[in-house]
Amino acid sequence: MHIIESGNVAAAHGVKLARAQVIAAYPITPQTPLTEKLSEFVEAGEMKAQYIPVESEHSALSVCIAASSTGARAFTATSANGLLYMVEQLHWAAGARLPIVMCVVNRGIGAPWTVWNDHQDAMSQRDAGWIQIYCADHQQIIDTVIQAYYLAETVSIPVMVCYDGYILSHTYMPFELTDPEKIDAFLPPYKPAYALDPANPANLNTVTLPDIRPDIRGQMAPGYMEIRHDLHVDLRRAIDVTADIDKKFSVAFGRGGNPFLEPYRCDDAEFVAVCLGSLSYHLRDVVDALRKEGIAVGVAGVRLYRPFPDQAVINLLVGRKAAIVFEKALSYGNQGALYGDIKAALYPCADRPLVHNYILGLGGREIQTAHLLDSLRTSCRTPDAIGDKPVWLGLKM
Amino acid sequence: MASKTTVLTLPEDELVHPGNRACAGCGLSIAYRIALKALGRDTILVVPPSCLTVLQGLYPIAATQLPCLNVTFASTAAGATGVLGALRALGNTSTTVAAWAGDGGTSDIGIQALSGACERGEDFIFFCYDNEAYMNTGVQRSGTTPQGAITTTTPFSGKRQQKKDVPSIIAAHGIGYVATASASYPLDLFDKIKKAKTMSGPRYFHIHIPCPAGWGFEPRYAVKLGRMAVESGLFDLYEIENGKWRLTGASRKLIGGKRRPVKDYLETQSRFKGLSEKRIDKIQKEIDAKWDGYEQAMGAQKDIAGPDAE
Ligand SMILES: Cc1ncc(C[n+]2csc(CCOP(=O)(O)OP(=O)(O)O)c2C)c(N)n1
Ligand code: SF4
Ligand SMILES: [Mg+2]
Repeated sequence: MHIIESGNVAAAHGVKLARAQVIAAYPITPQTPLTEKLSEFVEAGEMKAQYIPVESEHSALSVCIAASSTGARAFTATSANGLLYMVEQLHWAAGARLPIVMCVVNRGIGAPWTVWNDHQDAMSQRDAGWIQIYCADHQQIIDTVIQAYYLAETVSIPVMVCYDGYILSHTYMPFELTDPEKIDAFLPPYKPAYALDPANPANLNTVTLPDIRPDIRGQMAPGYMEIRHDLHVDLRRAIDVTADIDKKFSVAFGRGGNPFLEPYRCDDAEFVAVCLGSLSYHLRDVVDALRKEGIAVGVAGVRLYRPFPDQAVINLLVGRKAAIVFEKALSYGNQGALYGDIKAALYPCADRPLVHNYILGLGGREIQTAHLLDSLRTSCRTPDAIGDKPVWLGLKM
Repeated sequence: MASKTTVLTLPEDELVHPGNRACAGCGLSIAYRIALKALGRDTILVVPPSCLTVLQGLYPIAATQLPCLNVTFASTAAGATGVLGALRALGNTSTTVAAWAGDGGTSDIGIQALSGACERGEDFIFFCYDNEAYMNTGVQRSGTTPQGAITTTTPFSGKRQQKKDVPSIIAAHGIGYVATASASYPLDLFDKIKKAKTMSGPRYFHIHIPCPAGWGFEPRYAVKLGRMAVESGLFDLYEIENGKWRLTGASRKLIGGKRRPVKDYLETQSRFKGLSEKRIDKIQKEIDAKWDGYEQAMGAQKDIAGPDAE
């Protein structure tokens, strides 16, 4: 069944179909309609879950951390300053290896206050140990939430499902609402390796020493560094798991096929624009226009951003003349973070393309098609003239 | 009414192992050991960073026999909420969820989450063990450090401000049970926990914890010192049950009787060595005024000194 609803409601349906058992959230624009919808589902009895209206985002993620540690499937959602208010808990959830799923409805962060879209919120947390997946439309939002639980529970790592504030959260689009039975067949109930249990007591997240140490039976237990190394190894493993889940999902529902980067007119492209989120669909129009001018250009939206799918990036970009990275965030004082990641992935490749970086749309600054068209055309026509510095698009002063 | 527990009727099951990492003479060791006996094995603990984290052991060794979730400093009550939410979702309504935080983890950084959980009516028991400073990080002042106490952040003349009255703040949430207790009166603590276990909703304990390392006294005097705090009327044992306040145990016995001069208590600890006679006098007057209030209220409301907690 197809329905026409907002991106936030698409996310809420994903959470409902995934049968999250404990939901805790705190309101922040533009995430609010998502949690309102979930509380509606729960209070109307349409969804069997505990909805806990906590007093802060810090507590929202605390509740999810504890609920997940006790064996329940947990969900939260936030944006911008709410995500930053959780920071300590983000790292905790990853370190504790809890398969929590969180929607991050991307918004710029203060100061100064802004409620509008960019990617600085999630980008600032790319090193927290979470998986980050970006969505480009409503169907991807609902499908990704469901797949995110599968992925999180397979590798025991939390997942952020990121989608653009307002541009996706508050716009209406048709999407398919899959039958719950089919989702149940795809996503089995959460079975934690260990859950807090008086019959089988354990002390979780204890102070852990720099060195390895024997337990009371003389068996060697890992130190902090081994535990963190495991997290990294499993994050890297999550790349293959993401591909497997995408395959399984495609077979079951006929959607998917591009778990890492979603290419458009890239097959014969000499130039490829790269970005996160809904911007890649906006760029499709620009690509179409430039193709008419005879420029062999395509666009690829990055879906999986952490762990970073280097091999897929290499496969897509090596042999092209230039990769043009459009970003709604940056590592202040340096360059776009995605730009840096892409350059790092391509560095070992002999036939690597030039890489350009455009910073745009911060704090909801309108992204004009004309700007995209001009900049992408310039990058394609005079690729050697752009240089290795982020170029700011749409600055008016 | 349940009969009073004695050392002879205390459960023998030990849930806190001896030889744990608490300092010698630590009041927390006493309170925790006795409290866990009262809570029993069907309990899940939630603990933020504090001396208790250290007492509980370093990975992979644990000093307690109950399942325990270590959480971030500010999030104890929210962590307990999450455990409860999951237990409800999984159909378990019998397991007790007990949060244990220090005074800093309760009255300062953790008070927002605790206030939220109390307001939501979460079905948990929250224990604040009050050793009156941030001991784990090396004795810095907290909201519940008493006036006059020297800490590493009130280094010369001691804290100028009053001790934050956390039980009253929590009681103002209108929860069903608030009790104070002291590590030096473990059986009073035990019986109060037993009573709290028969109730539901948020229940709050504020336990006074003599701390030889942080207060500056010899470990062998821990119990004695905790008693002096009560006998001088400085720290009072009481409970607030469904809004009804009454003194209990050793504090109840002080009504109409003689209290020890607070000077006796203050003199035993190096943290109070910066106090002048004048400031000690002021503290004594404040205690006297508080107890005048208790005695007056007793006239109006008989059961302030009425039947004990049993
Ligand atoms: C967010 C955060 N800030 C600071 C700390 C450092 N810290 C750890 S324990 C502690 C003091 C704990 O004091 P209290 O709650 O009174 O427990 P005690 O150590 O006295 O038993 C502090 C400040 C931390 N772990 N997390
Ligand atoms: S510092 Fe005080 S409270 Fe902490 S373990 Fe030592 S004696 Fe106990
Ligand atoms: Mg303390």
